Amino acid sequence: MSTATAFFQQQDFITAAYVVAFGMFIVGLAKLTSPTTAVQGNKIAAVGMLIAVLATLLNPGLDGADFLLIAVGLTIGTIIGVPSARNVKMTAMPQMVALFNGVGGGAVALIAFAEFRHDPAELSADLAIGIPLVLAAIIGSISFWGSNIAFAKLQGLISGSPVKIPSGLLVNIALMLVAVGAGIAILLGSESQGLFVLILLAAAILGNLAVLPIGGADMPVVISTLNAFTGLSAAAAGIALNNYALIVAGMIVGASGTILTDQMAKAMNRSIGSVLLGGFGGEAPAVEGAGGETGGTVRSTSAADVAIQLAYARQVVVVPGYGMAVAQAQHAVREMAKVLEKKGIEVKYAIHPVAGRMPGHMNVLLAEADVPYDQLKEMDDINQEFGRTDVSLVIGANDVTNPDARMKADSPIYGMPILNVDESASVIVLKRSMASGFAGIENPLFFNEKTQMLFGDAKSSVGEITSELGQL
Amino acid sequence: MDLTTTTILAAEGGPSTILTSLAILILAAFVGFQVISKVPNTLHTPLMSGTNAIHGIVVLGGLVAIAQADGFLSRLLLLIAIIFGTINVVGGFLVTDRMLSMFKRKPDPAPAAEEPES
Repeated sequence: MSTATAFFQQQDFITAAYVVAFGMFIVGLAKLTSPTTAVQGNKIAAVGMLIAVLATLLNPGLDGADFLLIAVGLTIGTIIGVPSARNVKMTAMPQMVALFNGVGGGAVALIAFAEFRHDPAELSADLAIGIPLVLAAIIGSISFWGSNIAFAKLQGLISGSPVKIPSGLLVNIALMLVAVGAGIAILLGSESQGLFVLILLAAAILGNLAVLPIGGADMPVVISTLNAFTGLSAAAAGIALNNYALIVAGMIVGASGTILTDQMAKAMNRSIGSVLLGGFGGEAPAVEGAGGETGGTVRSTSAADVAIQLAYARQVVVVPGYGMAVAQAQHAVREMAKVLEKKGIEVKYAIHPVAGRMPGHMNVLLAEADVPYDQLKEMDDINQEFGRTDVSLVIGANDVTNPDARMKADSPIYGMPILNVDESASVIVLKRSMASGFAGIENPLFFNEKTQMLFGDAKSSVGEITSELGQL
Repeated sequence: MDLTTTTILAAEGGPSTILTSLAILILAAFVGFQVISKVPNTLHTPLMSGTNAIHGIVVLGGLVAIAQADGFLSRLLLLIAIIFGTINVVGGFLVTDRMLSMFKRKPDPAPAAEEPES
């Protein structure tokens, strides 16, 4: 009896630690929503996680062999996780998040499978365990494979353009039915391992096929959706394992991830539904523009000429895009801005909500180059300023400046809020070549008579402009 | 183990395990919605990364399940799950910290024109 008492006390102690841990998650998350407290918030959440893990290790059911496995697992995970997090380039952040998210989903699916193998009969005997476990397996597997595809697309391992799958929607529905059907069979009492593997497999194929048809430009929304999915699958696993820390943390991520996805989709003027049903940029991109009126002439210019225009401007707005980040030109841009400011020219940065590859990605990249926070203007604020801007300097940005989004109803990006750079007195576009943007759509801005193109690597182009400025 | 807990709670007249879990689930959902509802675009990327790290909590599932795992395959599956979960947690928090500390490094955002030259 006394051992039983000790056991439950210990169980209570573990649960109490969980309560502390998820309290810290909530506080941490709340602090993550403001720039001044965010670093602290992240640390608080991390300490909460440490407490939760340590408390779980007090579980008296763990024996020496278990501890050995756990030590091996934690060590290998750390050895892989730390360097990836330390060394990843800020430009590669979206795919890093995708990868971290994917392994989380994979863990949930594996845990669900192991729980099923432990006691297959339990799933049908207690539906309060069975249903969440089946759900965890399905969602976890979708999240793992979907995230991997998102990673591969962003990393350039596979083509970022949408892959059309014949009657994709029907196939996906069929796969979902297979996964759910196998799950129901297990809940009705089947103890076949093959059926559980079928759940994981059908969900895996579904995860692949669901993300493949989605174009690279929509990938942030996909990653955010899968992030919410992994949270939900963790919460489901938490219900099955009766683990409060898992339920709370998983569900908070599920809920906040959904909101975040919605906000991102709104910023891109896309509904989550249309993104997930695929087809962005799938409808014959680029070709339509080439035949239309937009196929005018492009005027190219030189760094010296750009420097003169900038030197006589009162206000210059820099519109940075992913191309700037790829060229690692943010430091060069910052240097150029310093020179301009010394000449008394006002420099502002126009940050589109989805500049870079994810909302907020560009802010991270510019922060890395020490650009003062107050010069970064959000879209709604800066759009009122283009009218009194002398020169807009578009550096490696494309789709977010495409006026087709305002004017051309049949454009795939029609309706997406854009930066109205074409309202400024003149526009200079720094671009490697005339290739279309991530969404694969032609940009009539480049053919606008106000626009001049400065071709070449963004970093060296900006460097040349800066040195020309120095000679003026 | 779960059955024992359920029985004891039921004997004491408390709600069943699943109802307690569902109550917690619903409340957590509202907390999640509430906390995130007003975030500047600026912080979306770190926030996504931060919430991503938090769902690395799944590693607990692996730690709990391994106590009752039997057989080589189950233990192998859970070992991989723990590795995956650890990558998610450790990598997630670290990378978020890296991103956020760049924001923090900023001195008082004084007008840039008055910044001392370097």
